[in-house]
Amino acid sequence: MASLAEQRAERRTIRNGWLLSLPALIILIVAAAGPLLIIVIYSFLTPGSYGNVVWEFSWDAWVGVLYSRDIFDGTYKLADAHLSIFWRSVKLALLTTMFCFVVGFPTAWFIATRTPRARTALLFLITIPFWTNLLIRTFAINQIIRNEGVLNTALLYLGVIDEPLVIIYSDFAVFLGMTYVYLPLMVLPLFAAIDRFDMRLLEASYDLYATRWQVLRRIIVPIVKPGIIAGSILVFIPALGAYVTPRILGGGRNMMIGNFIELQFGQGRNWPLGAALSVTLLVIVGAALMLYVRASMRTTNNG
Amino acid sequence: MTTAIAVEAQSARKDYGSGQFAVRALDDVSVRIEKGSFFTLLGPSGCGKTTLLRLIAGFETPSAGKILLGGRDITYDPPNKRPVNTVFQSYALFPHLTVAQNIGFGLQMLGRPKREIAAAVDKMLALVQLEDFAGRKPQQLSGGQQQRVALARALAPEPEVLLLDEPLSALDLKLRKEMQRELKRLQTETGITFIFVTHDQEEALTMSDRIAVMRKGNILQIGAPREIYNHPKDRFVADFIGETNFLSGTVEEGAIRLTSGDLVEAPTQGRSGKVTLAVRPEQVRISGAGDPGSLAATVADSVYFGTDTHCHLRLADGTEIVARLQSAASGEAGLARGDQVSLRFEAGAAQVVDE
Repeated sequence: MASLAEQRAERRTIRNGWLLSLPALIILIVAAAGPLLIIVIYSFLTPGSYGNVVWEFSWDAWVGVLYSRDIFDGTYKLADAHLSIFWRSVKLALLTTMFCFVVGFPTAWFIATRTPRARTALLFLITIPFWTNLLIRTFAINQIIRNEGVLNTALLYLGVIDEPLVIIYSDFAVFLGMTYVYLPLMVLPLFAAIDRFDMRLLEASYDLYATRWQVLRRIIVPIVKPGIIAGSILVFIPALGAYVTPRILGGGRNMMIGNFIELQFGQGRNWPLGAALSVTLLVIVGAALMLYVRASMRTTNNG
Repeated sequence: MTTAIAVEAQSARKDYGSGQFAVRALDDVSVRIEKGSFFTLLGPSGCGKTTLLRLIAGFETPSAGKILLGGRDITYDPPNKRPVNTVFQSYALFPHLTVAQNIGFGLQMLGRPKREIAAAVDKMLALVQLEDFAGRKPQQLSGGQQQRVALARALAPEPEVLLLDEPLSALDLKLRKEMQRELKRLQTETGITFIFVTHDQEEALTMSDRIAVMRKGNILQIGAPREIYNHPKDRFVADFIGETNFLSGTVEEGAIRLTSGDLVEAPTQGRSGKVTLAVRPEQVRISGAGDPGSLAATVADSVYFGTDTHCHLRLADGTEIVARLQSAASGEAGLARGDQVSLRFEAGAAQVVDE
């Protein structure tokens, strides 16, 4: 049994702890929990005629996430347009993540196996794109791949092609842009994991009759798995909610969830639907994070 | 008796770097290692012992020369094509696999059936006495246990040759002694050729059938432990393997006249002029004053080591000789600093060595 003085001291420690974390708590409540709560509440309200919301409870927004109402007979049917936007978002985010891994893994491996000085320089180079605003970088890509852009001009001049390649305003352009933007987010955690990898294990596995492929699959990938998972999450989540890249490189037709949400708050004047879509995006991201946590737990258990 | 040769290096050379920075780690080394023997490469760091081991393992290819395994040229075979396994200094156990999975890894890579792998793993676990640890991860084991796993992992595929790269250096003294005996037992039980790299002369002497003493990329002497210890070829070998007294002298009528003026009986091996004599401290005896063939000396210092007492003696010209006496004997002699004593060398103890 703790003495009275001890109890008092303990209480004081707890109180001081709360006091010290107050600034962080305020920021969390005001900047994260608060807006989220507003979004959730708005998704159950009725849209106002000129944007904003009317304080009347309604399920319409949530129904509208997946179904559209026929304006003539009032029946509901599955909204193909919405589904195709969801599908495109998930598909492009996954493709981007996979391609970032395919390109990022050898890059990270290369950097991690250089001398300490070269390594610092290379990591510095990797972070250079972050110095420029995302919007400007994306417009730069636009300039390169558009029909009269640098790429087509050069290829036409060299006689490789007779007509300009139509890359811009397609899913492929969005995929290309997102891969470029998010690649560093894959390389950095992979580098951190590979940097910790004990290269002597490579010799040990070659010595024990493993082929190069087996070394990669049985030894390297399982051991750097936390880095692979972290990099994939860091790429997948922002790619899923990407707004700028699909807007500038995808044009109006190749919308992703982010653009769709923006549309509801803007031209669509349907804030509740925008809010419901935002929460949907959050749920998809949350599910991806759950998978991440579970996969990394398994890794920890396995060593 | 002719014995089969497990591994042979023919003028193996290894250069690192190029131009003015080139370093010759291995200088045309030729050696034959008998099948089923415990062979040790002994030398200080940078002598090329690990380089030779890596050439045999296949982690490096020689700049010149050949490596033969059972008479077959394997010089350019990759490590995964050689029936040779290595126990690494750092153990290099796979952290994400259990002990059993680590041990079974080699056989798994060889594509052996699951049942065979399981049986081999059980056998290996029993051999290294880790039956209760099959499901553990390497980092849950002590250093000595990790060492055993590394051994079992390398032995499981039943290699023709097992390479051991200073595997005991990370263990404390007591465990090291235990593992020395364990290694010797494993080698005898499995009959696999062991090639052991170490800089620890005691380790080499206690375990090996044969020892190759290396220095600066060359093998100086190859022989059984007793041979190397009792008949070191040159000063470096004598000094590296155990403690030695070195005495300078000149050949005189089939004996050697030391700088102190004393005459010592020793095989001169047809030499003349100045020679170096090597005498092991435990082969120096204190005898009664004035015995024929004895050397007059003064006790400079006496250091008690428990079972032994190391007695530092000074000859007439100041040459210092260390005598390792059993404490009981020296106690009776009651040696103290400044005492005048006579010493003699045991028969055959004084050896002429190359400088």
